[in-house]
Order: sequence, then structure tokens, then C-alpha cells
Amino acid sequence: MYNDTEKNFLTHPKGIMSWLLTLDHKRIGIMYLAAILAAFAAGGFFALGLRLELLNPGKQFMDQDTYNKFFTLHGAIMVFLFIIPSIPAALGNFCLPLMLGAKDVAFPRLNLASWYVYMLGAMFCLYSLFSGGVDTGWTFYSPYSTQTSTSVISMTFGAFILGFSSIFTGINFIVTVHKMRAPGMTWYQMPLFVWGSYATAMIQVLATPVLGITLLLLIMEKVGGIGIFDPEMGGDPVLFQHFFWFYSHPAVYIMILPGMAIISELIAVHAHKKIFGYRLIAYSSVAIALLGFFVWGHHMFVSGQSEFSSMVFSFITFFIGIPTGIKIFNWMTTLVKGSICWTTPMLYALAFLILFTIGGLTGIFLGALGLDIQLHDTYFVVAHFHYVMMGGTVIAFLGGIHHWWPKIFGKMYNENLGRFAFCFIFVGFNMTFFNQFMLGSQGMPRRYHDYSNFLKTDLFERYHGFSSYGAMILGVGFVIILCYLVASLFNGKPAGNNPWGGLTFEWSTTSPPPTENFKDDPILKHGPYDYDKVLPKDI
Amino acid sequence: MENATQIELGRVNYHHHNPNLAHHFHDMEQQHESIKLGVWLFLVTEVLLFGGLFCFYAIYRAWHPEMFIEVNQLLDVKLGALNTLVLIFSSVTVALSIRSIQMDNKKQAVMFLAITIICAAIFLVVKYFEYSHKIHEGLLPGKYFANPDIAAVNPHIFFSIYFGMTGLHALHILGGMIFLTWVLIRTHMRAYSSSYYTPVEMGGLYWHLVDLIWIYLFPLLYLIG
Repeated sequence: MYNDTEKNFLTHPKGIMSWLLTLDHKRIGIMYLAAILAAFAAGGFFALGLRLELLNPGKQFMDQDTYNKFFTLHGAIMVFLFIIPSIPAALGNFCLPLMLGAKDVAFPRLNLASWYVYMLGAMFCLYSLFSGGVDTGWTFYSPYSTQTSTSVISMTFGAFILGFSSIFTGINFIVTVHKMRAPGMTWYQMPLFVWGSYATAMIQVLATPVLGITLLLLIMEKVGGIGIFDPEMGGDPVLFQHFFWFYSHPAVYIMILPGMAIISELIAVHAHKKIFGYRLIAYSSVAIALLGFFVWGHHMFVSGQSEFSSMVFSFITFFIGIPTGIKIFNWMTTLVKGSICWTTPMLYALAFLILFTIGGLTGIFLGALGLDIQLHDTYFVVAHFHYVMMGGTVIAFLGGIHHWWPKIFGKMYNENLGRFAFCFIFVGFNMTFFNQFMLGSQGMPRRYHDYSNFLKTDLFERYHGFSSYGAMILGVGFVIILCYLVASLFNGKPAGNNPWGGLTFEWSTTSPPPTENFKDDPILKHGPYDYDKVLPKDI
Repeated sequence: MENATQIELGRVNYHHHNPNLAHHFHDMEQQHESIKLGVWLFLVTEVLLFGGLFCFYAIYRAWHPEMFIEVNQLLDVKLGALNTLVLIFSSVTVALSIRSIQMDNKKQAVMFLAITIICAAIFLVVKYFEYSHKIHEGLLPGKYFANPDIAAVNPHIFFSIYFGMTGLHALHILGGMIFLTWVLIRTHMRAYSSSYYTPVEMGGLYWHLVDLIWIYLFPLLYLIG
């Protein structure tokens, strides 16, 4: 049965104003998707610039000041404009109410407001980009950030505003999950994507205000010289680090938990198997969200904080490996004796298992007090967080895009091209980042524009060169994905309601869904992953 | 048309259809509970926003206890106490306005809301006099501090914290005044009744929080000597 293309949310109502003033969570999700992909392209542009500069030792085409701005803008754009809103605000906005059988999120106007607030924050970031850039690194550490003449104020104010959009999304998701579930749907019948999004929303609501006040104080320090981060005036710059990481470490889980949430869906649906350890996966999301608030000090082992605090932070950091490990093992166990389909989303899910495991385990290395002294501020750290953020979140995001694309637009993309592009992404990613572990352990510091006149310049040149060519392959992969996804909108085959055989609510409605999501109120007939009870012919 | 849609959606609403019910909620109770939870979450974010400042307060007071005690004497306890009373009183009146609208007494609700807003204005006027006195004395945050008579080290830190905390709080008072004025106008226009008064109640919740934050600020800033 093919879709009722007459009255789906994409085509009805028509006109640009019906999009700009829409209260429909699905349209807002698509508007977010467009915005974050633009941010991703901008952040990617800066990343390629960095990799080209590092291709050979010595100055290639930018001086150190430009290089400093490039890595700052790469980081700030990727973190604040792309990865934090990526999965929750784009895919989450689209899927969460559908998965709960609701007509919309609890506060549709707040949802639209969050998009406009995001755009406003993005304007401030753009302004600072064109008014000389920022060279502090995305972390805005004082005292340098209060002294540099680059446009730190507009950038941090932009991040402050973006925080509101994140809080709005978080509040909306928590209330939607609590109050808008379809009649009869208990907490343990919710899809795991919802659990992951719920845990993410908790962090968004609890951590973001602290970033808000921190950035506000930094701006006041820079504008008004209030002195609280200035040692000459009796202030303490390390306090800034504490406050910054009190948000920014939980923010790492704002980035990865939605990725994990997507993987739970992809693995169960594309292996057509009941997910193993549903409750443990759900609980571990919440556990990660809560524990994530107590590990910020592991960014500061060399900052001069007390050894006792470092020890406690290190211990809790190791502890976070437990719920994370539980998830990885549950996903792998789900695959055992499943009917695995080699679809594009499944390839991304499998890549996630490999890459995220590498990223997670190297995180444990860095959480060890002694080893961290050696590896701090080296490329090992760069490689670690790119394995988590890109190998984890971005790979999951791509998997999620390929999984829900047929639902969002009602069209299938070319699966062979999807698998082809996946190879570029997987190979390119590992070429770019795996050797950075070696670079770091050999002592290459991060944020250096040049590595000539080092003892190991020849070795570093080989690793860096490999990395730069990998980044180009990765870039080609993204271009291929963009091409076939856009092409599918014009010549893709109609997807039908349920191309993958999913059991959650979003697959029971038409593709694309009607404006109010469901023709009839959805009734819960089975759990989200009851592949052992539901026969394939009933899907 | 309305009924036809509802039957088509498989849920016939037998209750009187309230025009204030948004399309994506099943009934008024679900809507009210959702908004209430949303506002509570918003209040949590406010607590954490101020929490950062309270944390700064705790850290710097632990580092400079004598300075805090000496400089704190420069604040005007009488004006602070007056403002505390004004805000506590306004919390009572905002609660009474919610009760009045629950009893469908529109006129009384408008009156209590007006008193609340006037109290907020008094608070800000008193704050204005306090601030201008401090500015006059050179008791200013950070590098603007210009009062040579204080013996303690780093007294500007105290005023950075004082102006930061009370300034952010005053902005919240201002925000509350704007929201309550909107609620007052809507109440006057008969938008609310005992069957729908969610915005009045949410305004009240927010106002209580703003009040509560001041109740912590007053002793921590004015009464530590």
C-alpha cells in the first residue's frame, strides 16, 4: 500500500510561510535538519583547512593565527551548532512524538521558538566568524579568552543563546515523554530511542543553565572586568574550567546518548530480533546521564586541582564505562541469531559498535591519572573524542538519517550507493583518526599549526599525511551521501509505510505521515521489539 | 466539523469542548498537567542558573571570610529587610489572585495581580536607590571599584558577586512584572475562569521562585556580619 501523497505533512499546507510559522514537530525537525547540516558543512570546511595545513611540516598556506581561528571555529561550530542539536532537535523532533503515538510535542510553540533561538545564536556565531574569528579554542579558557582581542564576546553570547534552544528542546521532550504517551503505553513499552532522548533531555535541562551563567560571567569579566576569573584581582581562572566542564562534560553525553538511542533502534529493526536486555539499556542511558555530572574534573588532571579530587574523578570516570559496556554487550547479543539485513542503516550500526568501542576504551586510558599526564593535550585526546563524537554520534546520526529517511520523505534512496558511500566514510574516518592515536602517544601536541624541527618530524609527517588524505576520502563520502539523498527526493521509489519491518508506532502510519501523525489514534498491540511474538506477515 | 474530526480520530470527547484546549492534547487535565510540568522544569533551570552564582558566592566567601564580613557592613540592612517584606507580601497576593480566579471572582483576581505588580515595582525602586548609593560611594564590581576606605583585600569581588546576583535577580523581577501584567490584562478581558486559569497559576509559580531566591540572597548578602 503506497502513501496518500495528497495530504501528508510535507505538501499540506503549502507556501514558505506555512513552513516558517509551522507548529508541526515534523516540519520543525526538517528545518533543524537543514540548519545543522549547513553548520556541519561549515565545520567540515574548517576541518579540511586544518588537515591541509598539517599535510606537511612548515607553513603550507596559513599562519599560526589563522590556524588558531580555524581550530576554534571548527570546534565551536561542530559542538554548539551541529552535534548538540543534531540528533535530538532534528531526528528526535521528528521521531519522538511519532514513536509515542502523540500528535505533537507538548509545547509546539516552544518548539518553533527553539528553532528561531537556534538561528539567532547561529547569527551571533556567524558574526564573530566574519568579525575576525575567535582563537581561544572552543573551550574559551580564561585568562586567555578575557585578554585576546578576537571576537570572543559574540561567540560566547551566541553559545549562551544556543543554550536556550537546547533547554527548550529538553523541556519539551521530558514533558512529552511524561504526559503524551499513547493510552496504554507504559514506560517499559517505549522504544529505546525515546529512553535515550529522555536521558539526553534531562542533561539538557540540568546542565545547560550552568553553561549559561558561566558564559555570562565570562562576558562580564571581559566587558566589565569583574575580576572573578582574574588572578590579579583575587579571582581564579581554574574556576572557569570547573564551571565550563560542569556543563561541557555532561554535554558530551548530550552528544552521545542520542547516538546510542538510534543504535538501539537500528540493531533491533535491521536484525529483526527482540532487543537483548531492554531494561538494562534503558537504565544505562539514565545512569550515564546521572554519572556524567560527576566526572568533569577528568578534563583538569593537570590544572592543579587537588590530588584527592583527581582520584575521585578518575574513579567515577572508570565507573561510567560500566553502563556503556552494558549497552555494547546488549547490542552485540541482540545480533546473535538475528536475521541481519545488510542495509545501509545496519552498516552504520555495526560501524558504531567498532568505532565507539575504540573511542570509549581510549577514554578509559585518558581517565587514568598517570597515563593522562603523558597524553594530555596530545593528538591521542583528539583521536579519542573524534572516535566518540564522529565514530559514535555522527555515524549513528548517518545511520538514523538512512533509517528514517523513507519515513520522513516517503522515498527510498539507492541502497547500493548508500553502501558504497559507507565504505568511503568508514575507511576515510579510520584513516583520518586511527593514526592520531599513534601521533599522540609519540608526543605530537594538539593545536599546533606546525611540527617542523621536532625530533620526530619525519614520523609525524607520515601520520599527518595519512590523516589528511583520510579526511579527503571522508569528505568525498559525505558528498556522495548528499547527492543520492537529494536525488532520492526526485526519483526515489515510494517507500511504503514500513520498509524495514519496524514495530514502533512511526512505521504504522503513512510515509510521509499526515499532519496529525496518525489517521486513527494508534493502539498499542505489542512491545517495540516483539519480533518473537509478531509474525513477519503482520508487520 | 469539530465533532466529525474527533470521531474520525476515534476518540469522542463527551465533555464540553473547551476552546482553550490545544489540538494535540486529549483533555484539559492533560494540558494543564503538561504545562505545569514544563514550568517546573523551567524553574529547575532557573535554580541551576542562580546555583552557579551561589557556588561562586560560597567559594569566594570561603577564600575571603574576613573581607566578606567587613564589606557586608556597607549594605543597607533596613532597605534589604524592607524589600524582603515587600516580596513576601507579593507572594501572598499572587497566591490569592490564583484562588480568586478559581472562585471565578475576576475583579478580585485583577486587584491581587495589580498589588503584586505594584510590590514588584516598589522592590525595584528600593533597589534603584540602593544601587545609586553604591555607585556614588564607588562600591562597584571588579576594576570599577573606587573606594579607598576599605582595609580588606579584594573587596571588589564582593561587589562583583553582589551586583551579579542581585542584578540577575532584578532582571527576573522585571520579567515577572511583564508576564504578570500580561496575565492581568488577559484576566481583565475575561480570558480566564475556574475552568481555565493555567497562565495565572504558572505566573504564580514563577513569582514564588523569584521571591524564594531573594529570601536566600537577603541573609547571605546582608546579614553575615
